Amino acid sequence: MLANRKLILAHFSFAFAVFGVALTLGAWQMFIRSPIGTWLSNPELYYRSLTAHGTVMGYVFPTLVAMGFGYAISESALEQRLVGVRWAWTGFWLIVFGSVMAVTPIALGRASVLYTFYPPLIGNLFYYLGVVLVVVGSWIWVALMSINLRVWRNAHPGAPVPLAMFANVAGSYLWAWTAVGAALELLLQIIPVAAGLKNTIDAGLARIFFSWTLHAIVYFWLMPTYIAYYTIVPRAIGGRVYSDTMARISFILFLVVAMPIGMHHTFADPQVGAGFKFIHSAFTALVALPTLLTVFTICASVEIAARLRGGRGLFGWIRALPWDNPMLLALAFSFVMLGFGGAGGLINMSYQLDASIHNTQWITGHFHLIFGGAIVIMYFAIAYDLWPHLTGREMIDVRLIRTQLWLWFIGMIVTTFPWHWVGILGMPRRMAYFDFGDPAIAPQALSVIFSVIGGFILLASGILFLVILARGMRAPQADAGAYRFAIAVHQPTTVPVALNTHALWVALMIALTITNYGYPILNLATTAGTSVPAVYVGAQ
Amino acid sequence: MGTRDLFTFSNPHFARGVGITAAILILTAIAGFIVLPFAQPWVQFANVWDAICSAAGVPQRAASVTAPEQAKRLSEVVLTSHTLSRPSQEAIGRGATLAQRCAICHGPTGISRADSPNLAGQYAAVIYKELFDFRSGARSNAVMSPFAVNLTDEEIADLSNYYAYLPRLPAYHPTPQLPKPNIVIYGAPMRGIAPCGACHGSLDNKTGSPWLEGQSEAYMKAQLQAFASGERHNDISQQMRNIARAMTPQEIEAAAAYYASQPPEVVKAVD
Repeated sequence: MLANRKLILAHFSFAFAVFGVALTLGAWQMFIRSPIGTWLSNPELYYRSLTAHGTVMGYVFPTLVAMGFGYAISESALEQRLVGVRWAWTGFWLIVFGSVMAVTPIALGRASVLYTFYPPLIGNLFYYLGVVLVVVGSWIWVALMSINLRVWRNAHPGAPVPLAMFANVAGSYLWAWTAVGAALELLLQIIPVAAGLKNTIDAGLARIFFSWTLHAIVYFWLMPTYIAYYTIVPRAIGGRVYSDTMARISFILFLVVAMPIGMHHTFADPQVGAGFKFIHSAFTALVALPTLLTVFTICASVEIAARLRGGRGLFGWIRALPWDNPMLLALAFSFVMLGFGGAGGLINMSYQLDASIHNTQWITGHFHLIFGGAIVIMYFAIAYDLWPHLTGREMIDVRLIRTQLWLWFIGMIVTTFPWHWVGILGMPRRMAYFDFGDPAIAPQALSVIFSVIGGFILLASGILFLVILARGMRAPQADAGAYRFAIAVHQPTTVPVALNTHALWVALMIALTITNYGYPILNLATTAGTSVPAVYVGAQ
Repeated sequence: MGTRDLFTFSNPHFARGVGITAAILILTAIAGFIVLPFAQPWVQFANVWDAICSAAGVPQRAASVTAPEQAKRLSEVVLTSHTLSRPSQEAIGRGATLAQRCAICHGPTGISRADSPNLAGQYAAVIYKELFDFRSGARSNAVMSPFAVNLTDEEIADLSNYYAYLPRLPAYHPTPQLPKPNIVIYGAPMRGIAPCGACHGSLDNKTGSPWLEGQSEAYMKAQLQAFASGERHNDISQQMRNIARAMTPQEIEAAAAYYASQPPEVVKAVD
């Protein structure tokens, strides 16, 4: 039973509201630098918009979704009222306050540094402080998830932790640790410069700190999606989770190997040794493992649902699936996008192949396909699934929901496939405009136009999503009953302590961070003469 | 079973978890730090430790070869956005006295009547850098160099602060305002030319770049041509030489004419 519906609703509402704004900015950015828009005479406006888009989509939106969903999981999976509700509200308001504090200097053109900060570029101090507040707010959530699990454990000694909560807490620990990298970068490097205490910055070291955050943050974004795969989809389509143990192993693997791999973002950086790049590349390959396990388990779980509905044959069962069920539709779209995005990711993580697509639109295409596509489409599914429980009203627009999911899927494919393509052709990313009149890049114009059309399809889908949620808040009242999660074919009665607790895996995560990041950070921090003068945004 | 039983090698999950992780780490480390460095036939290592240090990114001292003598003197000035940002009233006053000798070309109000640069309200860092470069010989001019050669560091700073302090006035012969040409707002991306306005105002301003509104058209044209021919070479990292070389004569004309026609109020708007 969800006792703190207002809290969860507040998280989702703010998340989706800012998502709507950032999505609109994104569509404008695609249009303005395409052949169908006129050249923007002030590129600063583009970077301003890009910074706002990235900051909201990277830090605010997924964090709030993970937090709201986490509180819902804690209350419904553990069947206990949330402990620390006042702290939870504090965390929420910190994030709201932090978001406003960060976005204001961006809007004023004082922090056009992109959400990845890009030192030695230095923006207004309040932008960074706003981001810090968002992270601090989310750390309150991490602590609450841990405390709530502990309270439950004390009341149920030795009992298996429900899968949804086990995964949720794993996600929160991953976030707590991965956010440390960006926090170190902000506190030790950027904020002293932005506050005027220093005027040089070690850009190389700052980039390494950021890479600590940059890759595992994607797995933090991914966690709600994977939790939805395992614990919502099988229930929603009338199936069972094929293996509870496999699910736990997947989440554990994410915890261990999502972290020590971030340097594949710095393959082109001269300040990192090639040996460490290789280790990070190899561990990045390992992170495909939990995803492959998940794809296998979820396909098996879905097959169970199909066979229960009378599906027959080697592949004939696929037809027996409830394809009009939005949850199944979202899952199928998510898997297709995850498949293409993952395949692209294998290229990014390969030291040599990466060189040909480094800093091109391929990368932009890749992370939009994975995050905006595979991950966010499941955020929609989570919202649709939870909404009746949060509002106490029924979701009447099932047709509209299907249309919205289709539009998002089509829009994302139409946006990102041409992006990948022009990336291979060498089109750089982070450009405010391109001279498509030049014969050298004129052939790319058509692909870019397709991409813009995809962007507007996405915008239409995003607006539809908000409309559906808004209509859901005014629909006739109906009792949705208790919020339940999928059960496994073999529900666990006892679980080995290693698969019921996180301590061992958190310890391995920290150990691998030290082995894979320790020396490069120490080396850069102790080498003299590696700092460069800061470049202040808007300074004369 | 509590956490105490978890962290022991008798727990198979612990043993396997730690064992597999350590094994992968060791194998990838051997491959990354030993096998792959030696797999590059074009790199020579003294021993295994040398290879490991190289792969770990240990900074290595560069061979002690002296850098070749530069045929031309280059600028040695280092500017940050804080250079001369908070001048004292005394410094401005001293600068005013020193500036008497500059007035014959640069005008008593800092507005030239002789196609020399207008200095009134120019950024202090810009004047500071040019005076340093004239003094060191990185930039040379038959008229300017003799003036600069005897200036002290403090005099250069004072002069810069004084001119930066002066109000920005219209050019001596204002011309009708022209519309922005493409080279100023878009540059020429396919020739690697950033928009003039990205550094010199109109769009944005970068440290060390002068604002150009109302400057003499003939002067700006001459400077662009001097950058293009390499005759002027005090731009840091060849920033202006690379741009000027790639510009067409028409673009040089258009940029110079555009900036010359702008009133100084435009600068204030973006300041």
